[in-house]
Amino acid sequence: MREIIKSFTVSIWFMFLTFPIMVIKVNTIEKTIEWRWERLIFVGIGSFFLSFLWRYLITRKESGIKKAEAGEEIKQPLSQRFFEDRRLFFPALGGVIILTVTFPLFFSSYQTNIMTNALMYVMLGLGLNIVVGLAGLLDLGYVAFYAVGAYCYALLNYHFGIGFWAVLPIAAAMGALFGILLGFPVLRLRGDYLAIVTLGFGEMIRLILENWNKFSFGPSGIANIPRPTFFGYQFSFDHSFIYIYYLMISLTILTIFVVNRLQNSRIGRAWIALREDEIACQAMGIDIRKTKLTAFALGATWAGMVGVVFAAKTTFVNPASFTFMESAIILSLIVLGGMGSIIGVILGAFIFILLPEYLRAIEEYRMLVFGAAMVVMMVFRPQGLISNIRRTYEFRSSKKQ
Amino acid sequence: MEPLLEVKNLLMAFGGLLAIDGLDLTVNENEIVALIGPNGAGKTTLFNCITGIHKPTGGDIFINISNKKHYRINGLKPHKITESGMARTFQNIRLFPNMTVLENVMIGRHCRSHAGVAGAVLRNGKTRKEEKNIVEYCYNLLEKIELDPFVNEQAKNLPYGVQRRLEIVRAMATDPFLLLLDEPAAGMNNQETKELDALINKIRDEENIAILLIEHDMKLVMSLAEKIVVMDYGKKIAQGTPEEIKSNPVVIKAYLGEEDDT
Repeated sequence: MREIIKSFTVSIWFMFLTFPIMVIKVNTIEKTIEWRWERLIFVGIGSFFLSFLWRYLITRKESGIKKAEAGEEIKQPLSQRFFEDRRLFFPALGGVIILTVTFPLFFSSYQTNIMTNALMYVMLGLGLNIVVGLAGLLDLGYVAFYAVGAYCYALLNYHFGIGFWAVLPIAAAMGALFGILLGFPVLRLRGDYLAIVTLGFGEMIRLILENWNKFSFGPSGIANIPRPTFFGYQFSFDHSFIYIYYLMISLTILTIFVVNRLQNSRIGRAWIALREDEIACQAMGIDIRKTKLTAFALGATWAGMVGVVFAAKTTFVNPASFTFMESAIILSLIVLGGMGSIIGVILGAFIFILLPEYLRAIEEYRMLVFGAAMVVMMVFRPQGLISNIRRTYEFRSSKKQ
Repeated sequence: MEPLLEVKNLLMAFGGLLAIDGLDLTVNENEIVALIGPNGAGKTTLFNCITGIHKPTGGDIFINISNKKHYRINGLKPHKITESGMARTFQNIRLFPNMTVLENVMIGRHCRSHAGVAGAVLRNGKTRKEEKNIVEYCYNLLEKIELDPFVNEQAKNLPYGVQRRLEIVRAMATDPFLLLLDEPAAGMNNQETKELDALINKIRDEENIAILLIEHDMKLVMSLAEKIVVMDYGKKIAQGTPEEIKSNPVVIKAYLGEEDDT
C-alpha cells in the first residue's frame, strides 16, 4: 500500500512538472491556447507504472544481495548455466556459426556492411578488454592504436604500394610498439591519472595526424586505398564487401582464440592479479612493469589490425574517424557486455553497434532509448550483461588415507 | 653459520621523520623471530624496507642462502626480492578478491615459472606441463594447510580466518626461505589463534622456512618466538628470549609508560 502511495505522489509530481510542455500548446499565429488534457492522464499513468516497476526491481535486487550475505544458496546465473550445459551450448554455437557463414547469402550488402562494422568493434572491444577488463588499466585513448593501424596501411600503400596482407602484420607490430610507447610513461600511474594520460595520448595522435600535413596529408586524409585482394584476385565492388565480411570473421575468430588462451595462461593470471591488487601482486613476485607493458602491447595489436581493415573497407582515412568518441564507444561496449568476459564483450559490441542501426526507424528517440538502457543497466547489473566466470579445477583428492 | 637475513644500521626517513633509526636485526636459519613494539614504532615500515616496497635511506640488508650466496638487497624491486626467496603477508589482508583460492596460490608460482606470450598462445607441450605442475604444486600446498575444501571458492567469499591462512599459503607458494608475516593473528579469536600457532610451527618444522613476524598478541608471541626484537620510535630497544623480554624494564616502560616514582 505504501508503495502505491509513493508511486502516486511521483506521478502527481510528474504531471505537474510536465504540465507546461505536454498540456499547454500556444498557437502563436491564431493567438489561441490549446489544452490537451488527455495527455496529462497518459503522463500520470505512465509515470505511476514506471516508478512502481523501478521500486519493485530495486527491492528485488536488494533482497538478492541480502540473501547472498546470509550465505543462502544462490542459483547460478542463467548465462553460466548456459555455458556449462553442453547440450545447450553446442547447438547454439553451431547455429551461430551457420548464421555467420551464410549471412551474406540472405541479406543485402548493406546488412553485411553493418555486420562487418559490428565485427570490427568486437575485435576492438576484445583488444581493449585485455587492457581494461583483465589488467584493470583504464585506457581512454585506445582509438590512437586504431588510427596507427589505419594510417599504417594508408601511408605504406601510398608511398611504397605495399598490399593489404603485407601491411596487416606490420600494423599489428606497429600497434604493439605504440602500446609500449604509451606504456612506459604511465607505468607508475593508476586509476584516474592513468585515464587522463591515456586520453591525452589518444588526442595527441589525432592532432598529429590532423596537423602534420607533410606526413599525413592533414584533415583531408588519404583516399583511394585499395581493397584487400584474395591471392592477387581483385573482387568487384559488391563482392569485396562480402570478402571483407569473411575476412573480419576469420580475424575475429583469431582474436577470440588468442585472447582466450592468453586469459587462461600464466600471463593472464598475472594481469588479473594486477587488476585486483597491485601491491600484493608485486610482493608475490610479479614484475608489474613487464606485465603492464605486455598488456598494453597485446591490447594495441588488435586495434592496429582492425585499423588496416577499416582503411581497406572505406578506402579512405582521415583524422575525423579517430575521435575520443570512438574510444568511449569501445569502452562502453566492454562495460555493457561485462568486463573481462569474452562472450560479454562480443554481445556488448553487437548490441552497441547493431541496436542504433536497427533503431533508425525511431530515429529521433534512439539515442534517448539508448541512454536510458545504459542507465538501467548500470543500476541493475553493474557487472555487465555477462560477468566473467572464473575457471574452476577438478581434483581427485590425492590424500593418502 | 651466517644468518639468513641480516639488517645492518638501517635508516628510513620520510621527509624529516626517521621511521627507522639505525636498526640491526638478524634472522637465522629455521628461526622464528617476533618483532614487537607499540603502534607506530616502525615495524611495518621495516617489513616494507626488507621486501622492497620502500627503498631504505641508508644501511644495508643482506641475505645469505645456504652460506653460498651473500648479497645486498637494498632498493631491489619487490618482485626481485620475492624471487630471491622472501615472501610476505600484509597487515590488512591483500588477497586477489575476485580470483579463486587456487588461482591466488598459483600467482605465487609466477616467479618460479617461465611461460611467455608465445607459450600461452601456442600452448605447446612445455607450457602445458608447466601449467599442470603449477596446479598440482598449489593443490598439494593447499592440502597441507587444509584449505583444499575451498579450492574453487572466490577469495572474497572466505571466512576471515581462512583468508589469513590463504595469504600465508600464497606467500609459501613462492618457495621462500623466509616468511615475513605482518600481524597474522589480527582479528582472530582464541581458537583461530591457536590454530595459527600450530600452523606457523608446522611451516617452520616441515618446510624449513624461517619466520619473521610482527604481532601484538603477546600470548602468541611468547609461545611461538625463539627470539623477540622490541622496537620503539624506529630503534631497537631490546632483544632476547621471551623470558628475558618479559622482565626487561625498558620494554615495560615502552609499553606502559614512564613509572612515576616521585
